[in-house]
Amino acid sequence: MAEATPAPAPAPAAERKADAPATLSDKIHSWPYFVRAEFIAGCVLVLVLMIWSIGIDAPLEEPANPTKTPNPSKAPWYFLGLQEILVYFDPWIAGVVLPGLIIVGLMVIPYVDINPRGNGYYTWSERKFAISTFLVGFIGLWLGMIVIGVFLRGPGWNLFMPWDYWDPHKVVPLTNIDLPYFLGIRSTGWAMAFGLLCVGGWLVGVPAAVWRWKRRAEPMRQLGPVRYAIVASLFMMMAGVVVKIALRLAFNIKYVLVIPNILNV
Amino acid sequence: MPPDTQAAAAAPAPRPTLADRLARNYVWRSIFRHGYADTPRNRVLQVAGNVWLHLHPSKIRRHAVRFRFTWCAGGLTFLLYLVTVVTGVVLMFYYRPTAEYAYWDVKYLDFDVPFGMIMRNMHRWAAHGMVIYIWVHMFRVFMTGSYKPPREFNWVVGVVLLTLTLLLSFTGYLLPWDQLAIWAVTVGTNMARATPLLGNEGPLGPELGVTPRYDARALLTAGTVVGAPTLLRFYVLHCIVLPIFASVLMMLHFWRVRKDGGISGPL
Ligand code: HEM
Repeated sequence: MAEATPAPAPAPAAERKADAPATLSDKIHSWPYFVRAEFIAGCVLVLVLMIWSIGIDAPLEEPANPTKTPNPSKAPWYFLGLQEILVYFDPWIAGVVLPGLIIVGLMVIPYVDINPRGNGYYTWSERKFAISTFLVGFIGLWLGMIVIGVFLRGPGWNLFMPWDYWDPHKVVPLTNIDLPYFLGIRSTGWAMAFGLLCVGGWLVGVPAAVWRWKRRAEPMRQLGPVRYAIVASLFMMMAGVVVKIALRLAFNIKYVLVIPNILNV
Repeated sequence: MPPDTQAAAAAPAPRPTLADRLARNYVWRSIFRHGYADTPRNRVLQVAGNVWLHLHPSKIRRHAVRFRFTWCAGGLTFLLYLVTVVTGVVLMFYYRPTAEYAYWDVKYLDFDVPFGMIMRNMHRWAAHGMVIYIWVHMFRVFMTGSYKPPREFNWVVGVVLLTLTLLLSFTGYLLPWDQLAIWAVTVGTNMARATPLLGNEGPLGPELGVTPRYDARALLTAGTVVGAPTLLRFYVLHCIVLPIFASVLMMLHFWRVRKDGGISGPL
Protein backbone atom coordinates (compact mmCIF):
# COMPACT_ATOMS: atom_id res chain seq x y z
CA MET A 1 0.00 0.00 0.00
CA ALA A 2 1.29 3.46 -0.81
CA GLU A 3 0.02 4.82 2.49
CA ALA A 4 1.55 7.80 4.27
CA THR A 5 4.77 7.93 2.27
CA PRO A 6 5.71 11.60 2.37
CA ALA A 7 6.68 11.45 -1.29
CA PRO A 8 5.58 14.28 -3.59
CA ALA A 9 1.83 14.05 -3.74
CA PRO A 10 0.77 13.76 -7.42
CA ALA A 11 0.15 9.99 -7.61
CA PRO A 12 -2.22 9.60 -4.62
CA ALA A 13 -3.86 12.92 -5.42
CA ALA A 14 -4.65 11.70 -8.90
CA GLU A 15 -6.15 8.50 -7.50
CA ARG A 16 -8.38 10.50 -5.26
CA LYS A 17 -11.28 12.73 -6.12
CA ALA A 18 -10.58 15.17 -8.87
CA ASP A 19 -11.49 18.03 -6.55
CA ALA A 20 -8.82 17.21 -3.98
CA PRO A 21 -6.45 20.17 -3.95
CA ALA A 22 -2.92 19.52 -5.08
CA THR A 23 -1.28 21.62 -2.38
CA LEU A 24 -2.20 23.23 0.90
CA SER A 25 -1.73 26.68 -0.54
CA ASP A 26 -4.65 26.13 -2.90
CA LYS A 27 -6.80 28.63 -1.08
CA ILE A 28 -9.40 31.08 -2.24
CA HIS A 29 -10.80 34.22 -0.69
CA SER A 30 -13.76 33.71 1.63
CA TRP A 31 -15.16 36.94 0.28
CA PRO A 32 -16.76 36.61 -2.17
CA TYR A 33 -16.63 32.87 -2.89
CA PHE A 34 -17.50 31.35 0.48
CA VAL A 35 -19.76 34.08 1.81
CA ARG A 36 -21.67 33.98 -1.46
CA ALA A 37 -22.21 30.22 -1.21
CA GLU A 38 -23.40 30.54 2.37
CA PHE A 39 -25.71 33.37 1.46
CA ILE A 40 -27.33 31.43 -1.34
CA ALA A 41 -27.73 28.28 0.77
CA GLY A 42 -29.22 30.35 3.60
CA CYS A 43 -31.67 32.10 1.29
CA VAL A 44 -32.84 28.83 -0.22
CA LEU A 45 -33.34 27.30 3.21
CA VAL A 46 -35.27 30.26 4.60
CA LEU A 47 -37.40 30.37 1.48
CA VAL A 48 -38.25 26.67 1.70
CA LEU A 49 -38.99 27.02 5.40
CA MET A 50 -41.31 29.96 4.81
CA ILE A 51 -43.23 28.29 2.02
CA TRP A 52 -43.49 25.13 4.09
CA SER A 53 -44.74 27.13 7.07
CA ILE A 54 -47.31 28.98 5.01
CA GLY A 55 -48.58 25.70 3.62
CA ILE A 56 -48.46 23.37 6.60
CA ASP A 57 -49.65 24.32 10.05
CA ALA A 58 -48.05 23.10 13.24
CA PRO A 59 -50.37 20.60 14.88
CA LEU A 60 -52.53 21.58 17.81
CA GLU A 61 -54.81 18.86 19.12
CA GLU A 62 -57.36 18.96 21.89
CA PRO A 63 -56.34 20.46 25.23
CA ALA A 64 -54.25 18.23 27.45
CA ASN A 65 -56.40 15.69 29.25
CA PRO A 66 -54.61 13.44 31.73
CA THR A 67 -57.60 11.11 31.94
CA LYS A 68 -57.70 10.33 28.22
CA THR A 69 -54.74 8.29 27.06
CA PRO A 70 -54.46 8.07 23.28
CA ASN A 71 -53.68 4.68 21.82
CA PRO A 72 -50.98 4.49 20.58
CA SER A 73 -49.12 7.09 22.67
CA LYS A 74 -46.02 7.97 20.77
CA ALA A 75 -42.93 9.87 21.87
CA PRO A 76 -41.72 12.65 19.52
CA TRP A 77 -40.64 11.06 16.26
CA TYR A 78 -36.90 11.46 16.85
CA PHE A 79 -37.19 9.28 19.97
CA LEU A 80 -39.32 6.60 18.36
CA GLY A 81 -36.25 4.46 17.73
CA LEU A 82 -35.83 4.17 21.48
CA GLN A 83 -39.52 3.54 22.00
CA GLU A 84 -39.33 0.83 19.36
CA ILE A 85 -36.42 -0.84 21.17
CA LEU A 86 -38.72 -1.12 24.20
CA VAL A 87 -40.42 -3.95 22.37
CA TYR A 88 -37.25 -5.98 22.57
CA PHE A 89 -35.63 -4.91 25.83
CA ASP A 90 -36.64 -4.01 29.36
CA PRO A 91 -37.21 -0.29 29.92
CA TRP A 92 -34.04 0.36 31.83
CA ILE A 93 -31.96 -1.09 29.01
CA ALA A 94 -33.93 0.47 26.15
CA GLY A 95 -34.60 3.80 27.81
CA VAL A 96 -31.52 4.43 29.88
CA VAL A 97 -28.59 2.16 29.10
CA LEU A 98 -28.82 2.15 25.32
CA PRO A 99 -29.21 5.95 24.91
CA GLY A 100 -26.29 6.39 27.29
CA LEU A 101 -24.22 3.96 25.28
CA ILE A 102 -25.13 5.72 22.03
CA ILE A 103 -23.90 9.04 23.37
CA VAL A 104 -20.75 7.63 24.92
CA GLY A 105 -20.14 5.41 21.91
CA LEU A 106 -20.34 8.38 19.53
CA MET A 107 -17.99 10.38 21.72
CA VAL A 108 -15.27 7.75 21.80
CA ILE A 109 -15.21 7.24 18.02
CA PRO A 110 -12.35 9.70 17.39
CA TYR A 111 -10.26 8.16 20.15
CA VAL A 112 -10.58 4.55 19.08
CA ASP A 113 -10.56 4.98 15.31
CA ILE A 114 -6.82 5.32 14.86
CA ASN A 115 -6.80 4.71 11.12
CA PRO A 116 -4.95 7.78 9.82
CA ARG A 117 -6.37 7.50 6.33
CA GLY A 118 -9.64 8.98 5.14
CA ASN A 119 -9.16 12.23 7.06
CA GLY A 120 -10.95 15.00 5.25
CA TYR A 121 -12.30 13.36 2.12
CA TYR A 122 -14.87 10.80 1.13
CA THR A 123 -13.55 7.30 0.79
CA TRP A 124 -14.91 3.83 1.20
CA SER A 125 -11.94 1.63 0.44
CA GLU A 126 -9.70 3.18 3.08
CA ARG A 127 -12.06 2.75 6.05
CA LYS A 128 -14.46 -0.08 5.30
CA PHE A 129 -14.94 -1.23 8.91
CA ALA A 130 -15.59 2.24 10.35
CA ILE A 131 -18.04 3.21 7.65
CA SER A 132 -19.99 -0.02 7.57
CA THR A 133 -20.35 -0.07 11.36
CA PHE A 134 -21.54 3.52 11.36
CA LEU A 135 -24.01 2.89 8.56
CA VAL A 136 -25.53 -0.12 10.31
CA GLY A 137 -25.89 1.85 13.53
CA PHE A 138 -27.05 5.17 12.15
CA ILE A 139 -29.08 4.24 9.08
CA GLY A 140 -30.08 0.69 9.98
CA LEU A 141 -30.81 0.94 13.67
CA TRP A 142 -31.41 4.59 14.51
CA LEU A 143 -33.21 5.74 11.36
CA GLY A 144 -34.70 2.34 10.52
CA MET A 145 -36.30 2.00 13.94
CA ILE A 146 -37.66 5.52 13.69
CA VAL A 147 -39.33 4.68 10.39
CA ILE A 148 -40.91 1.57 11.92
CA GLY A 149 -42.04 3.51 14.98
CA VAL A 150 -43.53 6.36 12.98
CA PHE A 151 -45.26 4.46 10.21
CA LEU A 152 -45.83 0.88 11.25
CA ARG A 153 -46.84 1.04 14.92
CA GLY A 154 -50.50 1.39 15.73
CA PRO A 155 -52.78 0.82 18.72
CA GLY A 156 -51.31 -1.40 21.38
CA TRP A 157 -47.96 -0.77 19.73
CA ASN A 158 -48.84 -3.56 17.30
CA LEU A 159 -47.35 -3.74 13.85
CA PHE A 160 -49.60 -2.48 11.07
CA MET A 161 -48.71 -2.26 7.42
CA PRO A 162 -49.41 1.15 5.89
CA TRP A 163 -52.49 -0.23 4.13
CA ASP A 164 -53.87 -1.97 7.24
CA TYR A 165 -56.75 -0.56 9.23
CA TRP A 166 -55.61 0.48 12.72
CA ASP A 167 -57.84 -1.87 14.66
CA PRO A 168 -57.68 -0.91 18.35
CA HIS A 169 -58.94 -4.36 19.30
CA LYS A 170 -56.29 -6.27 17.41
CA VAL A 171 -55.07 -9.05 19.67
CA VAL A 172 -51.67 -10.52 19.14
CA PRO A 173 -51.17 -13.77 21.05
CA LEU A 174 -48.28 -13.53 23.48
CA THR A 175 -46.31 -16.59 22.55
CA ASN A 176 -42.87 -15.29 23.36
CA ILE A 177 -40.67 -17.69 25.30
CA ASP A 178 -37.17 -17.50 26.65
CA LEU A 179 -34.30 -18.95 24.66
CA PRO A 180 -33.29 -21.66 27.17
CA TYR A 181 -36.91 -22.88 27.31
CA PHE A 182 -37.08 -22.81 23.54
CA LEU A 183 -34.06 -25.08 23.47
CA GLY A 184 -35.59 -27.50 25.93
CA ILE A 185 -33.93 -26.41 29.19
CA ARG A 186 -36.53 -26.65 31.94
CA SER A 187 -34.73 -26.03 35.22
CA THR A 188 -34.34 -22.40 36.28
CA GLY A 189 -30.77 -22.90 37.41
CA TRP A 190 -29.64 -24.41 34.13
CA ALA A 191 -31.56 -21.80 32.18
CA MET A 192 -29.72 -19.06 34.04
CA ALA A 193 -26.38 -20.75 33.53
CA PHE A 194 -27.08 -21.18 29.84
CA GLY A 195 -28.20 -17.55 29.55
CA LEU A 196 -25.07 -16.31 31.31
CA LEU A 197 -22.99 -18.41 28.97
CA CYS A 198 -24.68 -16.93 25.91
CA VAL A 199 -24.55 -13.31 27.00
CA GLY A 200 -21.12 -13.56 28.59
CA GLY A 201 -19.79 -15.46 25.61
CA TRP A 202 -21.17 -12.84 23.25
CA LEU A 203 -19.88 -9.79 25.10
CA VAL A 204 -16.63 -11.17 26.50
CA GLY A 205 -15.86 -14.57 25.05
CA VAL A 206 -16.08 -13.71 21.36
CA PRO A 207 -14.00 -10.52 21.64
CA ALA A 208 -11.43 -12.33 23.77
CA ALA A 209 -11.18 -15.18 21.31
CA VAL A 210 -10.78 -12.79 18.40
CA TRP A 211 -8.07 -10.99 20.34
CA ARG A 212 -6.14 -14.21 21.00
CA TRP A 213 -6.45 -15.25 17.42
CA LYS A 214 -5.61 -11.96 15.73
CA ARG A 215 -3.63 -9.97 18.27
CA ARG A 216 -0.44 -10.17 16.25
CA ALA A 217 -2.05 -8.77 13.14
CA GLU A 218 -0.95 -5.24 12.35
CA PRO A 219 -4.25 -3.37 12.92
CA MET A 220 -4.75 -5.13 16.26
CA ARG A 221 -1.23 -4.35 17.41
CA GLN A 222 -1.76 -0.67 16.68
CA LEU A 223 -5.10 -0.66 18.42
CA GLY A 224 -3.73 -2.14 21.65
CA PRO A 225 -5.74 -4.01 24.28
CA VAL A 226 -7.58 -1.06 25.84
CA ARG A 227 -8.89 0.44 22.65
CA TYR A 228 -9.65 -3.02 21.34
CA ALA A 229 -11.70 -3.79 24.44
CA ILE A 230 -13.72 -0.57 24.01
CA VAL A 231 -14.33 -1.08 20.31
CA ALA A 232 -15.17 -4.75 20.73
CA SER A 233 -17.63 -4.31 23.59
CA LEU A 234 -19.45 -1.41 21.92
CA PHE A 235 -19.52 -3.32 18.65
CA MET A 236 -20.81 -6.52 20.24
CA MET A 237 -23.49 -4.64 22.16
CA MET A 238 -24.71 -2.97 18.99
CA ALA A 239 -24.61 -6.27 17.13
CA GLY A 240 -26.38 -7.83 20.12
CA VAL A 241 -29.31 -5.48 19.63
CA VAL A 242 -29.58 -6.68 16.05
CA VAL A 243 -29.35 -10.33 17.09
CA LYS A 244 -31.99 -9.91 19.77
CA ILE A 245 -34.37 -8.30 17.31
CA ALA A 246 -33.75 -11.10 14.84
CA LEU A 247 -34.34 -13.77 17.50
CA ARG A 248 -37.62 -12.15 18.46
CA LEU A 249 -38.88 -11.77 14.92
CA ALA A 250 -37.80 -15.22 13.81
CA PHE A 251 -38.42 -17.39 16.90
CA ASN A 252 -40.48 -15.25 19.33
CA ILE A 253 -37.64 -15.31 21.81
CA LYS A 254 -38.39 -13.09 24.81
CA TYR A 255 -35.20 -13.21 26.83
CA VAL A 256 -31.90 -14.99 26.51
CA LEU A 257 -30.91 -14.51 30.12
CA VAL A 258 -33.26 -14.06 33.06
CA ILE A 259 -31.95 -13.18 36.51
CA PRO A 260 -35.14 -12.30 38.38
CA ASN A 261 -35.34 -8.71 39.68
CA ILE A 262 -31.92 -7.84 38.33
CA LEU A 263 -31.39 -8.43 34.68
CA ASN A 264 -33.37 -9.74 31.77
CA VAL A 265 -31.73 -9.64 28.42
CA MET B 1 -6.32 59.06 -9.75
CA PRO B 2 -5.83 55.72 -7.92
CA PRO B 3 -3.57 53.40 -9.88
CA ASP B 4 -6.20 50.80 -10.77
CA THR B 5 -8.42 53.42 -12.39
CA GLN B 6 -5.49 54.55 -14.49
CA ALA B 7 -4.92 50.99 -15.62
CA ALA B 8 -8.57 50.61 -16.48
CA ALA B 9 -8.46 53.82 -18.52
CA ALA B 10 -5.48 52.57 -20.49
CA ALA B 11 -7.15 49.32 -21.53
CA PRO B 12 -9.94 49.35 -24.11
CA ALA B 13 -13.11 50.18 -22.15
CA PRO B 14 -15.16 47.00 -21.43
CA ARG B 15 -18.91 47.15 -21.78
CA PRO B 16 -20.41 48.41 -18.51
CA THR B 17 -22.15 45.67 -16.57
CA LEU B 18 -25.47 46.06 -14.85
CA ALA B 19 -23.68 46.53 -11.56
CA ASP B 20 -21.60 49.31 -13.10
CA ARG B 21 -24.68 51.08 -14.36
CA LEU B 22 -26.36 50.86 -10.99
CA ALA B 23 -23.34 52.16 -9.16
CA ARG B 24 -22.35 54.91 -11.56
CA ASN B 25 -25.02 57.42 -11.04
CA TYR B 26 -25.51 60.51 -9.03
CA VAL B 27 -27.86 59.12 -6.37
CA TRP B 28 -25.81 56.05 -5.65
CA ARG B 29 -22.66 58.05 -5.30
CA SER B 30 -24.34 60.49 -2.97
CA ILE B 31 -25.05 57.57 -0.62
CA PHE B 32 -21.89 55.51 -0.92
CA ARG B 33 -18.84 57.74 -0.90
CA HIS B 34 -16.59 55.40 -2.83
CA GLY B 35 -16.87 52.20 -4.76
CA TYR B 36 -15.56 48.80 -3.84
CA ALA B 37 -12.35 47.90 -5.59
CA ASP B 38 -12.14 44.13 -5.91
CA THR B 39 -8.55 43.77 -4.76
CA PRO B 40 -7.10 40.91 -2.68
CA ARG B 41 -6.57 43.34 0.17
CA ASN B 42 -10.20 44.43 0.13
CA ARG B 43 -11.42 40.87 -0.04
CA VAL B 44 -9.50 40.07 3.11
CA LEU B 45 -10.68 43.23 4.83
CA GLN B 46 -14.32 42.48 4.03
CA VAL B 47 -14.07 39.38 6.18
CA ALA B 48 -11.55 40.43 8.80
CA GLY B 49 -13.13 43.82 9.45
CA ASN B 50 -16.71 42.71 9.81
CA VAL B 51 -17.97 41.59 13.19
CA TRP B 52 -20.20 38.86 11.71
CA LEU B 53 -18.04 37.69 8.87
CA HIS B 54 -14.83 37.47 10.87
CA LEU B 55 -16.07 34.13 12.14
CA HIS B 56 -14.71 32.95 8.80
CA PRO B 57 -11.09 32.71 7.87
CA SER B 58 -10.22 35.28 5.24
CA LYS B 59 -8.96 32.57 2.95
CA ILE B 60 -10.35 29.09 2.73
CA ARG B 61 -9.39 25.89 1.01
CA ARG B 62 -11.03 25.50 -2.33
CA HIS B 63 -12.85 22.24 -1.71
CA ALA B 64 -14.37 23.52 1.55
CA VAL B 65 -16.63 25.86 -0.38
CA ARG B 66 -18.05 23.07 -2.51
CA PHE B 67 -21.55 22.13 -1.59
CA ARG B 68 -20.85 18.48 -2.13
CA PHE B 69 -18.17 18.45 0.56
CA THR B 70 -20.12 19.83 3.54
CA TRP B 71 -23.67 19.87 2.15
CA CYS B 72 -23.68 23.18 4.07
CA ALA B 73 -25.02 21.06 6.88
CA GLY B 74 -23.27 22.66 9.84
CA GLY B 75 -24.02 26.17 8.69
CA LEU B 76 -27.65 25.39 7.95
CA THR B 77 -28.05 23.72 11.34
CA PHE B 78 -26.87 26.97 12.84
CA LEU B 79 -29.19 29.02 10.65
CA LEU B 80 -32.15 26.89 11.72
CA TYR B 81 -31.12 27.41 15.32
CA LEU B 82 -31.13 31.16 14.75
CA VAL B 83 -34.60 30.95 13.20
CA THR B 84 -35.91 29.15 16.26
CA VAL B 85 -34.34 31.75 18.53
CA VAL B 86 -35.93 34.67 16.70
CA THR B 87 -39.36 33.12 16.27
CA GLY B 88 -39.20 31.68 19.78
CA VAL B 89 -38.73 35.11 21.29
CA VAL B 90 -41.80 36.29 19.40
CA LEU B 91 -43.82 33.36 20.75
CA MET B 92 -42.66 34.12 24.29
CA PHE B 93 -44.42 37.47 24.18
CA TYR B 94 -47.77 35.70 23.96
CA TYR B 95 -47.26 32.48 25.84
CA ARG B 96 -47.75 31.84 29.56
CA PRO B 97 -46.39 28.53 30.88
CA THR B 98 -49.25 27.60 33.16
CA ALA B 99 -51.74 24.79 32.77
CA GLU B 100 -54.68 27.27 32.68
CA TYR B 101 -53.32 29.49 29.94
CA ALA B 102 -50.74 27.63 27.87
CA TYR B 103 -53.09 25.89 25.46
CA TRP B 104 -55.31 28.93 24.96
CA ASP B 105 -52.34 31.19 24.41
CA VAL B 106 -51.24 28.89 21.62
CA LYS B 107 -54.74 28.97 20.16
CA TYR B 108 -54.67 32.75 20.40
CA LEU B 109 -51.34 32.78 18.59
CA ASP B 110 -52.77 30.57 15.88
CA PHE B 111 -55.95 32.52 15.26
CA ASP B 112 -55.70 36.11 16.52
CA VAL B 113 -52.14 37.31 16.79
CA PRO B 114 -51.02 38.93 13.52
CA PHE B 115 -48.45 36.60 11.98
CA GLY B 116 -48.78 34.41 15.06
CA MET B 117 -49.50 31.28 13.10
CA ILE B 118 -46.57 31.69 10.77
CA MET B 119 -44.25 32.40 13.68
CA ARG B 120 -45.40 29.24 15.40
CA ASN B 121 -45.18 27.19 12.21
CA MET B 122 -41.71 28.43 11.44
CA HIS B 123 -40.59 27.76 14.99
CA ARG B 124 -41.84 24.22 14.92
CA TRP B 125 -40.65 23.29 11.44
CA ALA B 126 -37.27 24.91 11.97
CA ALA B 127 -36.88 22.86 15.15
CA HIS B 128 -37.69 19.65 13.31
CA GLY B 129 -35.43 20.75 10.49
CA MET B 130 -32.63 21.33 12.94
CA VAL B 131 -32.92 17.78 14.25
CA ILE B 132 -32.76 16.45 10.71
CA TYR B 133 -29.95 18.74 9.64
CA ILE B 134 -27.80 18.01 12.67
CA TRP B 135 -28.00 14.34 11.73
CA VAL B 136 -27.02 15.18 8.18
CA HIS B 137 -24.12 17.20 9.51
CA MET B 138 -22.95 14.41 11.79
CA PHE B 139 -23.28 11.97 8.92
CA ARG B 140 -21.17 14.12 6.61
CA VAL B 141 -18.53 14.73 9.29
CA PHE B 142 -18.32 11.01 9.81
CA MET B 143 -18.19 10.15 6.13
CA THR B 144 -15.35 12.60 5.49
CA GLY B 145 -13.51 11.29 8.54
CA SER B 146 -13.36 14.84 9.85
CA TYR B 147 -13.32 13.71 13.48
CA LYS B 148 -9.78 12.45 13.04
CA PRO B 149 -6.86 14.35 14.56
CA PRO B 150 -6.77 17.21 15.33
CA ARG B 151 -10.57 17.43 15.43
CA GLU B 152 -11.36 14.72 17.98
CA PHE B 153 -12.56 17.10 20.63
CA ASN B 154 -14.76 19.09 18.30
CA TRP B 155 -16.59 15.88 17.47
CA VAL B 156 -17.20 15.36 21.19
CA VAL B 157 -18.52 18.92 21.45
CA GLY B 158 -20.76 18.05 18.52
CA VAL B 159 -22.17 15.00 20.26
CA VAL B 160 -23.08 17.16 23.26
CA LEU B 161 -24.72 19.63 20.88
CA LEU B 162 -26.68 16.79 19.36
CA THR B 163 -27.94 15.76 22.79
CA LEU B 164 -28.85 19.34 23.63
CA THR B 165 -30.67 19.77 20.34
CA LEU B 166 -32.79 16.70 21.03
CA LEU B 167 -33.53 17.91 24.55
CA LEU B 168 -34.47 21.35 23.26
CA SER B 169 -36.87 19.78 20.83
CA PHE B 170 -38.28 17.46 23.46
CA THR B 171 -38.87 20.17 26.07
CA GLY B 172 -40.52 22.36 23.45
CA TYR B 173 -42.84 19.53 22.49
CA LEU B 174 -44.68 19.87 25.81
CA LEU B 175 -45.36 23.58 25.65
CA PRO B 176 -48.53 23.65 23.47
CA TRP B 177 -50.11 21.63 26.29
CA ASP B 178 -52.37 19.64 24.01
CA GLN B 179 -52.96 15.90 23.90
CA LEU B 180 -50.03 15.33 21.56
CA ALA B 181 -47.76 17.19 23.94
CA ILE B 182 -48.54 15.64 27.28
CA TRP B 183 -48.71 12.07 26.06
CA ALA B 184 -45.51 12.23 24.07
CA VAL B 185 -43.76 13.67 27.08
CA THR B 186 -45.39 11.11 29.35
CA VAL B 187 -44.04 8.30 27.18
CA GLY B 188 -40.63 9.95 27.03
CA THR B 189 -40.26 10.67 30.71
CA ASN B 190 -41.64 7.27 31.74
CA MET B 191 -38.36 5.78 30.63
CA ALA B 192 -36.65 7.60 33.49
CA ARG B 193 -38.68 5.52 35.93
CA ALA B 194 -36.51 2.60 34.95
CA THR B 195 -33.16 4.23 35.62
CA PRO B 196 -30.96 1.83 37.55
CA LEU B 197 -30.59 2.94 41.19
CA LEU B 198 -32.39 6.23 40.61
CA GLY B 199 -35.75 5.15 39.22
CA ASN B 200 -38.60 3.70 41.22
CA GLU B 201 -38.96 0.81 38.76
CA GLY B 202 -35.31 0.47 37.84
CA PRO B 203 -33.00 -2.31 38.98
CA LEU B 204 -32.13 -1.81 42.65
CA GLY B 205 -34.14 1.41 42.79
CA PRO B 206 -36.88 0.23 45.17
CA GLU B 207 -34.26 -1.64 47.21
CA LEU B 208 -32.57 1.69 47.81
CA GLY B 209 -35.82 3.26 48.95
CA VAL B 210 -36.54 5.20 45.75
CA THR B 211 -40.23 6.07 45.46
CA PRO B 212 -42.26 7.52 42.60
CA ARG B 213 -42.22 10.86 44.37
CA TYR B 214 -38.44 11.01 44.63
CA ASP B 215 -36.76 9.47 41.65
CA ALA B 216 -35.14 10.38 38.35
CA ARG B 217 -38.49 10.81 36.67
CA ALA B 218 -39.86 13.07 39.39
CA LEU B 219 -36.81 15.26 38.91
CA LEU B 220 -37.74 15.73 35.25
CA THR B 221 -41.47 16.10 35.65
CA ALA B 222 -41.54 17.86 39.02
CA GLY B 223 -44.10 15.39 40.30
CA THR B 224 -45.47 11.94 39.75
CA VAL B 225 -47.36 12.82 36.58
CA VAL B 226 -46.87 15.24 33.70
CA GLY B 227 -48.74 18.23 35.13
CA ALA B 228 -48.57 21.96 35.64
CA PRO B 229 -45.21 21.87 37.47
CA THR B 230 -43.76 19.88 34.58
CA LEU B 231 -44.90 22.55 32.17
CA LEU B 232 -43.08 25.26 34.08
CA ARG B 233 -39.98 23.14 34.45
CA PHE B 234 -39.85 22.32 30.75
CA TYR B 235 -40.51 25.95 29.87
CA VAL B 236 -37.54 27.19 31.88
CA LEU B 237 -35.33 24.46 30.46
CA HIS B 238 -36.54 25.15 26.93
CA CYS B 239 -36.30 28.93 26.93
CA ILE B 240 -33.36 29.58 29.24
CA VAL B 241 -31.18 26.73 30.41
CA LEU B 242 -30.79 24.65 27.26
CA PRO B 243 -30.40 27.59 24.82
CA ILE B 244 -27.64 29.04 26.99
CA PHE B 245 -25.75 25.75 27.06
CA ALA B 246 -26.30 25.20 23.34
CA SER B 247 -25.17 28.71 22.44
CA VAL B 248 -22.02 28.50 24.52
CA LEU B 249 -21.15 25.14 23.01
CA MET B 250 -21.78 26.41 19.49
CA MET B 251 -19.32 29.23 20.13
CA LEU B 252 -16.81 26.66 21.29
CA HIS B 253 -17.59 24.48 18.29
CA PHE B 254 -17.02 27.26 15.75
CA TRP B 255 -13.90 28.46 17.53
CA ARG B 256 -12.48 24.96 17.43
CA VAL B 257 -13.26 24.61 13.72
CA ARG B 258 -10.96 27.60 13.19
CA LYS B 259 -8.31 26.54 15.70
CA ASP B 260 -8.14 23.02 14.33
CA GLY B 261 -7.00 24.45 11.03
CA GLY B 262 -10.27 25.29 9.36
CA ILE B 263 -12.44 22.81 7.65
CA SER B 264 -10.87 19.41 7.12
CA GLY B 265 -9.49 18.30 3.81
CA PRO B 266 -7.09 15.83 2.25
CA LEU B 267 -3.74 16.29 3.94
C1 HEM C 1 -26.07 22.64 16.91
C2 HEM C 1 -25.42 21.82 16.24
C3 HEM C 1 -24.22 22.05 15.34
C4 HEM C 1 -23.86 23.18 14.65
C5 HEM C 1 -24.61 24.50 14.58
C6 HEM C 1 -22.64 22.84 13.96
C7 HEM C 1 -21.99 23.71 13.11
C8 HEM C 1 -20.82 23.42 12.42
C9 HEM C 1 -20.26 24.20 11.36
C10 HEM C 1 -20.86 25.49 10.80
C11 HEM C 1 -19.14 23.57 10.95
C12 HEM C 1 -18.25 23.98 9.76
C13 HEM C 1 -18.27 22.93 8.67
C14 HEM C 1 -19.61 22.51 8.16
O1 HEM C 1 -20.51 23.35 8.01
O2 HEM C 1 -19.77 21.32 7.90
C15 HEM C 1 -18.96 22.40 11.77
C16 HEM C 1 -17.92 21.51 11.69
C17 HEM C 1 -17.78 20.37 12.45
N1 HEM C 1 -18.77 19.79 13.23
FE1 HEM C 1 -20.48 20.67 13.76
N2 HEM C 1 -22.27 21.56 14.25
C18 HEM C 1 -23.21 21.03 15.09
C19 HEM C 1 -23.25 19.74 15.58
C20 HEM C 1 -22.25 18.81 15.38
C21 HEM C 1 -22.36 17.41 15.69
C22 HEM C 1 -23.61 16.72 16.23
C23 HEM C 1 -21.15 16.84 15.39
C24 HEM C 1 -20.68 15.41 15.53
C25 HEM C 1 -21.19 14.52 16.27
C26 HEM C 1 -20.28 17.88 14.90
C27 HEM C 1 -18.96 17.73 14.54
C28 HEM C 1 -18.25 18.63 13.77
C29 HEM C 1 -16.87 18.47 13.36
C30 HEM C 1 -15.93 17.32 13.75
C31 HEM C 1 -16.57 19.56 12.53
C32 HEM C 1 -15.26 19.83 11.77
C33 HEM C 1 -15.53 19.29 10.38
C34 HEM C 1 -14.46 19.59 9.38
O3 HEM C 1 -13.50 20.28 9.71
O4 HEM C 1 -14.61 19.11 8.24
N3 HEM C 1 -20.99 19.07 14.88
N4 HEM C 1 -20.01 22.32 12.66
